[in-house]
Amino acid sequence: MITAEALHVRFGAVHAVRGVSLRVDPGESFGLVGESGSGKSTVLRALAGLTPVSEGRLVIDGQDLARGRDRAFFRKVQMVFQDPYGSLHPRQTIDRILAEPLLVHGLPEARIARALEEVALSPALRYRFPHQLSGGQRQRVAIARALIADPSVLLLDEPTSALDVSVQAEVLNLLADIRAARQLTFILVSHNLPVVAHLCGRIAVMQGGQIVETLDEASLRAGIASHPHTRELIALSRDLEGA
Amino acid sequence: MSQPLVTIDDLHVDFPGRNGWQPAVRGVSLNLGREKLAIVGESGSGKSVTGRALMRLLPPAARVRAAALRFDGIDVLNAPERRMRDLRGGRIGLILQDPKYALNPVMTAGQQIAEALRAHQRIGRREAAERAITLLEQVQIRDPGRVARAYPHELSGGMGQRVMIAMMLAPGPDLLIADEPTSALDASVQAEILRLLDELVEQRGMALILISHDLPLVSRFCDKVVVMVGGRVVEQLAARDLAQASHPYTRGLLDCLPSLTHPRARLPVLTRDPAWFA
Repeated sequence: MITAEALHVRFGAVHAVRGVSLRVDPGESFGLVGESGSGKSTVLRALAGLTPVSEGRLVIDGQDLARGRDRAFFRKVQMVFQDPYGSLHPRQTIDRILAEPLLVHGLPEARIARALEEVALSPALRYRFPHQLSGGQRQRVAIARALIADPSVLLLDEPTSALDVSVQAEVLNLLADIRAARQLTFILVSHNLPVVAHLCGRIAVMQGGQIVETLDEASLRAGIASHPHTRELIALSRDLEGA
Repeated sequence: MSQPLVTIDDLHVDFPGRNGWQPAVRGVSLNLGREKLAIVGESGSGKSVTGRALMRLLPPAARVRAAALRFDGIDVLNAPERRMRDLRGGRIGLILQDPKYALNPVMTAGQQIAEALRAHQRIGRREAAERAITLLEQVQIRDPGRVARAYPHELSGGMGQRVMIAMMLAPGPDLLIADEPTSALDASVQAEILRLLDELVEQRGMALILISHDLPLVSRFCDKVVVMVGGRVVEQLAARDLAQASHPYTRGLLDCLPSLTHPRARLPVLTRDPAWFA
């Protein structure tokens, strides 16, 4: 479904992504973990077309992204960002925010009510503004907006790290349900190992712009890792869990 | 010590809302000696407002009432503003969530620390600059000379937070209030900063109030944990007894975290009892 080959991203003198290759199968949920500055979000943004690629090849659903992204691409691939307040237009109602992708793709507005229902938001919130919603409700709006045009790939950039832990649990459950119901392909970026292990079957660990190790959920949980940086991250998570 | 460092008795804080007063804190009582206390709760639980009330740092429109609000015998509710200025920064330090916003962007790290020193102590410019470097060493910055000359935007989040801590330690306060000091940082840096705070507080025999939404994290660094919801304290317990917490809200907060070692297909969701907010 998603392939990256020897991906490089440079911002001026900064070489943020240094030769990342990965393959994600249809319906798979793939995690990218690492600390700030490891390049994990940049890989995601390069896939979405938000960051220019310096070198390498990106293919999504058989389409080579070097040739540009057409409207069908943006229907197929959607992104959810960390800070829902920053990613929703402050002067547009929820109704207007959700209508935007429908206008772009020529879809019926009847989908708005259905989208709100899918993310368990009350229809009463439809004509509110983002500042009138709680952080969890805003992230649900962002997820509804991502889902409204029926994508097959969801790119998630730290979708729960700005939320309270109890709200995080609700949003993680919602994402798991949606993935099961719609057979979506996920790429989830996070620095929180337990969150990634909860949603993803396969996890790549990034450091200094490179993937240092890829392992499956069971190995991650069992602590079977070969790279020292992975072991370090696992030890830290376990330490904080008091295990 | 006979009397506690901090006494909060029946604290109420209200903010003016569209339909009259909106309560933010509703009858919080707690005592603090020279120990480490965590105040845990979600957004809107009143945990930060409680900390601010103790420094009288709330906006003038807020209504603050309490049977007692004392810091080391000083009546914070009625103390003259001059007295409060000595307390703030001088005897009570406040560390905020994001050093990007809390530090002055047009002053170097060294200048800001020196300014904090000179605001509370009669020392010369040169001596303040030298002490700033010593303080940066104490917060375990490897190259204190370089960091002292750096502007906040040239520092990483963890480094900025160390500068913030150095600045707050400068006047030698008795109490440090840290309001979500690590929420803007990476997991590994989070642990480093908390360990550093822990060590410094121990060494200097200070008291610490750590305000956070991360219950398991703070409980590892504090002696006592106070859990707040809807402006009230619902549970107070020793950090080591956290596993025996009895209030459904505390239990819910502990249960809803995904765990690396104990996988679950679904995360239990916290059910909020309307009675907590009534």
